[in-house]
Amino acid sequence: MAVAPYASPVERAWYYVFRAICALVLLFLIAPILVIMPLSFNAEPWFTYPMPGWSWRWYEDFFSSDRWQIALQNSIVIAVSTTILASFLGVLAALGLSRSHFPWRALVMGLLISPMIVPVVITAVGMYFFYATIGLTGSYLGLILAHTALATPFVVITVTATLTGFDYNLARAGAGLGAAPARVFFRVILPLILPGVISGALFAFATSWDDVVTVLFIGSAEQRTLPRQMFSGIREQISPTITAAATLLILFAVFLLATVELLRRRSERLRGVRV
Amino acid sequence: MPRAGGVERPSRPATQAMVSLATDIVRTADGVPLKVTLRRVDRARKLKAVALVVPLFLFILLSFAIPIGVMLFRAVDNPEIAGALPNTVAELARWNGDELPDEATYAALAGELQAAHKSKTLGLIGKRLNYELPGVRSKIMAIGRAVTKIEAGPYKDAVIGIDPMLGERRLWTVIKSAGEPYTIFYLLSALDFERTQDGDIVNVSADRAIFRDVFLRTMGISMTVTLATLVLGFPVAYLLASLPARTSNLLMILVLLPFWTSLLVRTTAWVVLLQTEGVVNDALMLLGFVDERLQLIFSRFGTIVAMTHIQLPFTLLPIYSVMKTISPTHVRAARSLGAGPFVAFWRIYFPQTVPGIAAGCLLTFILSLGYYITPALVGGPTDQMVSSFVAIYTNMELNWGMASALGAILLAATLVLYLLYNRLIGIDKLKLG
Repeated sequence: MAVAPYASPVERAWYYVFRAICALVLLFLIAPILVIMPLSFNAEPWFTYPMPGWSWRWYEDFFSSDRWQIALQNSIVIAVSTTILASFLGVLAALGLSRSHFPWRALVMGLLISPMIVPVVITAVGMYFFYATIGLTGSYLGLILAHTALATPFVVITVTATLTGFDYNLARAGAGLGAAPARVFFRVILPLILPGVISGALFAFATSWDDVVTVLFIGSAEQRTLPRQMFSGIREQISPTITAAATLLILFAVFLLATVELLRRRSERLRGVRV
Repeated sequence: MPRAGGVERPSRPATQAMVSLATDIVRTADGVPLKVTLRRVDRARKLKAVALVVPLFLFILLSFAIPIGVMLFRAVDNPEIAGALPNTVAELARWNGDELPDEATYAALAGELQAAHKSKTLGLIGKRLNYELPGVRSKIMAIGRAVTKIEAGPYKDAVIGIDPMLGERRLWTVIKSAGEPYTIFYLLSALDFERTQDGDIVNVSADRAIFRDVFLRTMGISMTVTLATLVLGFPVAYLLASLPARTSNLLMILVLLPFWTSLLVRTTAWVVLLQTEGVVNDALMLLGFVDERLQLIFSRFGTIVAMTHIQLPFTLLPIYSVMKTISPTHVRAARSLGAGPFVAFWRIYFPQTVPGIAAGCLLTFILSLGYYITPALVGGPTDQMVSSFVAIYTNMELNWGMASALGAILLAATLVLYLLYNRLIGIDKLKLG
């Protein structure tokens, strides 16, 4: 987009004003993330600039404190289990849903996606009541089941979207050449939809990794996750260690984003879509 | 009249062909009619597709849908009084409500309160009645202690002697209605209605009304956030859609990075930024916009800013993906036909972006309705939304009927909008990232 040669002076002015507005909005989007990262290296426990000096002390605190380390381990265990379970269930369902003439497709899809839309507090309270009666509150299993329910919609959406561009003749060709259905899936379908599956799995991971509400309701002190630890930290006494944890989480988000973007571009290339 | 080409269709051979079609059904190698085989194959395929979905369907049903269903049931479930005072409730079924209940009812109540005092369940009865008659809890505890001293009947005067409240119809009306197996009390309260002694539904007095305000506030904050994300997101979406791919992919990172960053991290960032001694206030002071530090954290303004920041990508991305499909030739055609830049944009470009605007705004509005964490950390007491009250009634007040009723209303609103979204846009069109 450049100024057209026939543009009037007002148009030219507007062109720059418009770009300035967009730059401000993009700054608004990225500024909080950029501002909080350096603060985590502040030598003093303040949250403002100019910083009197640089230090690693909040990172040392993060990596040496038992509370933060247990929270980190809990987050990893729960998020990895959730990712495996959600990917398995989600990919199976997406394969079924993308077959033509699936009965009541809109209705079934609506139910399967609803955990993404229903306010998390309602989900968490419902699970809190229900899981209490079957002894699942305050357990890792309870949290993994809750997170899986919240995460599967992302897997279903991403994998279904990948499958809409899938050429089923390839699967038929595999079957015609004598491969059993499982072999067709693992040797033909899965390699082709793998970018979508991995994106979905990363979304599932991020959903579990970010969740604080269901942990508040159905987790006990034993299942304290990283976001839960941050939440109580902000509520009680905001300590700079939280900014160190936040910075680490932002770096992790960069990694997730980069992976998903690379996968998306790769799958677009494979499908012949211009990047 | 002969048709074009002049060839008249011979009638006899055609009839013969039809006859032979009717008798010689096409069969597969094993002799089954092709139609039947095809139907079988089709059914088998359908079954296979359904079998693939069944595990997730059952999982969502058991771990998500049924728990929410059970919660909704709690909004009308009314087990406390019927469980603690079964005989009194049974006696009250005969009561017409015009005068005081009879001796048998008083005797039943006295007996059951004595039993409740012994089994230490008086608190439960007091708590339940207290929902409908504020302040009655301590009285019930005192009555329960005193009633153990009555050893034999007649009970009516003795019981009224403990507390004159027991000689009023009001308490009995409440016990009767609280003793029914199901109640609309919680749902009415969640909308600031109550029932009078005569059963009419009226507004609660102004000093006790809170929830309509909370619902309106939730709608108001969600609408403001939706509007703010649209105003901020639309220009950026337009810029990204019109820039060359290399530049727009780079700028897209600025949109997607916050999208992938944990909600709590972004909320934390705003908590840090908006502190009274924080970066934003420092910047405002430095630039001379304000003379004294503003209260930004724990305010409505802070809540809306943080929520707008978090929701902006959700509004922006659907608009962007619609804009990507709009051909730039349309606007060029309009310009060459004499339209000014504004008219060309407003009459030609903008109408084509409406599906994206609808999708983005509806999604942001639906998600905003359920916000809990961000208002809890960035907002003040008067900025809390419905979700916070659901949480408070669940965790702190332990009034689960009220929590469920508030949740049910919030859920109903969300589901209506979700259906609308599904109808207008289709949930499978939802794009992530």
